[in-house]
Amino acid sequence: MMIQVFRKPVKWSVFWGQLMNEFQKIGVESLGIVAIISTFMGAVLTMQVAFNIDSPLISPLIIGFTVRQSVILEFAPTVISLILAGKVGSRIASEIGTMRVTEQIDALQTMGVNSANFLVLPKLVAAVFFNPVLIVMSMFLGMTGGLIACLLMNLTSFTAYVDGLQAWYDPWTVSYSLIKTVIFAFIIVTVSGFNGYIIKGGALEVGNASTKAVVQSSILIILFNLLLTKILL
Amino acid sequence: MIEARNLSMTFGENLVLDDVSFVFEVGKTNLIIGQSGSGKTVLMKSLVGLLEPDEGEVIYDGRNFCMMGIYERRKLQQEIGMLFQGGALFDSLSVEQNVMFPLNMFTKMSLAEKTERVNFCLERVNLAGRNKLMPSELSGGMIKRVAIARAISLNPKYLFCDEPNSGLDPITSGVIDELIKEITEEFNITTVVNTHDMNSVLMTGEKIAFIHQGKIWWSGTRHEILHTDNEVLNDFIFATELTRRLKR
Repeated sequence: MMIQVFRKPVKWSVFWGQLMNEFQKIGVESLGIVAIISTFMGAVLTMQVAFNIDSPLISPLIIGFTVRQSVILEFAPTVISLILAGKVGSRIASEIGTMRVTEQIDALQTMGVNSANFLVLPKLVAAVFFNPVLIVMSMFLGMTGGLIACLLMNLTSFTAYVDGLQAWYDPWTVSYSLIKTVIFAFIIVTVSGFNGYIIKGGALEVGNASTKAVVQSSILIILFNLLLTKILL
Repeated sequence: MIEARNLSMTFGENLVLDDVSFVFEVGKTNLIIGQSGSGKTVLMKSLVGLLEPDEGEVIYDGRNFCMMGIYERRKLQQEIGMLFQGGALFDSLSVEQNVMFPLNMFTKMSLAEKTERVNFCLERVNLAGRNKLMPSELSGGMIKRVAIARAISLNPKYLFCDEPNSGLDPITSGVIDELIKEITEEFNITTVVNTHDMNSVLMTGEKIAFIHQGKIWWSGTRHEILHTDNEVLNDFIFATELTRRLKR
């Protein structure tokens, strides 16, 4: 199936239309949930760091620094990808699965359309290009959420938090995070697409495939997270 | 003309097609009839390439479909129109977009030309002006007619219909049967219809293959089918009280 996915699309204009549609469904429609979760998680993270590092011996910069490192290295790429595995993965598996059980995929094939390529490739390209945008936004909002928490709850000063965010900054951490994001996006779309594509049966199997897609992609994300961290950091 | 030559297929231990050979003639409505589970759908899916037979060949006007590479197959499949049992319309597309889909994929027609072709096809199935409706807004009969319009949009040489009357009332069934027959004659298509509806058999069956336990048990025309002495076929045709009474 994967070989079929990566073949040249039958018509580029149709592929382009599909791609724009997937940017909307996979990317734009995920902006809201990513924004809300990132902001609140950033705020909670900041509160917890401030609560745990409440010592005159530790520099106040450490709150901003810890929040930044946690958000960039782990929270934005991994946790948000896990959330996207639930939101996007289940949608992809159920959409393709429903097309399979209602013979829409058979209809594509009898027309001479490469159905795996037609259905999965636009989703894959959209996720691989748009998920990094979501993750960068998540990083920014996570740190902003932390700032808001600092100011509202008087955890540390504005200057100390912002200085902490800028302290000991290594640009590689962002690159590492984006590399992880792209690989996680690939996992989410291919695992979910595969689970939907191979369905046999009816509505019950569509539900099962959707659940399987989320579980399998989440486990793979966690495993690859470990592997990539070992390789890249 | 489509020729099935010695097709055999098994699912696990179960022999579903057993050395099936049959010629589906051009310009005729060729019917495959038989009980549920007799192998009709498997035969049709083998003919269009959705299933791969274990043995045998499918020949489309001298072109061996089973020996073709993936690109050649896809090229030939563009000459095939298929009406699925449930219609298989794309849920997210309107009636117009569904019928236009094969044109978008395989032609370089301008939007105006494509729209003209879509309107012609929809008119042909008596659905003129329903372009903007979504599949969820259509009745069962309308779904089948849109599916026929989509199947003929690329001027196919071969038309396959898998149980076109399933789930339809007798009047709508008759309309669909008549439409398939008219289109077959008008465009000189080789049409293959899977059915177990005896009304369809008697209305449209110019060439009939009766399939039983994976084998072609009987073949003939609609005129011959009522006078056959084939016991298994008679049991199938006169299975209902109504047909038994009519026979008496």
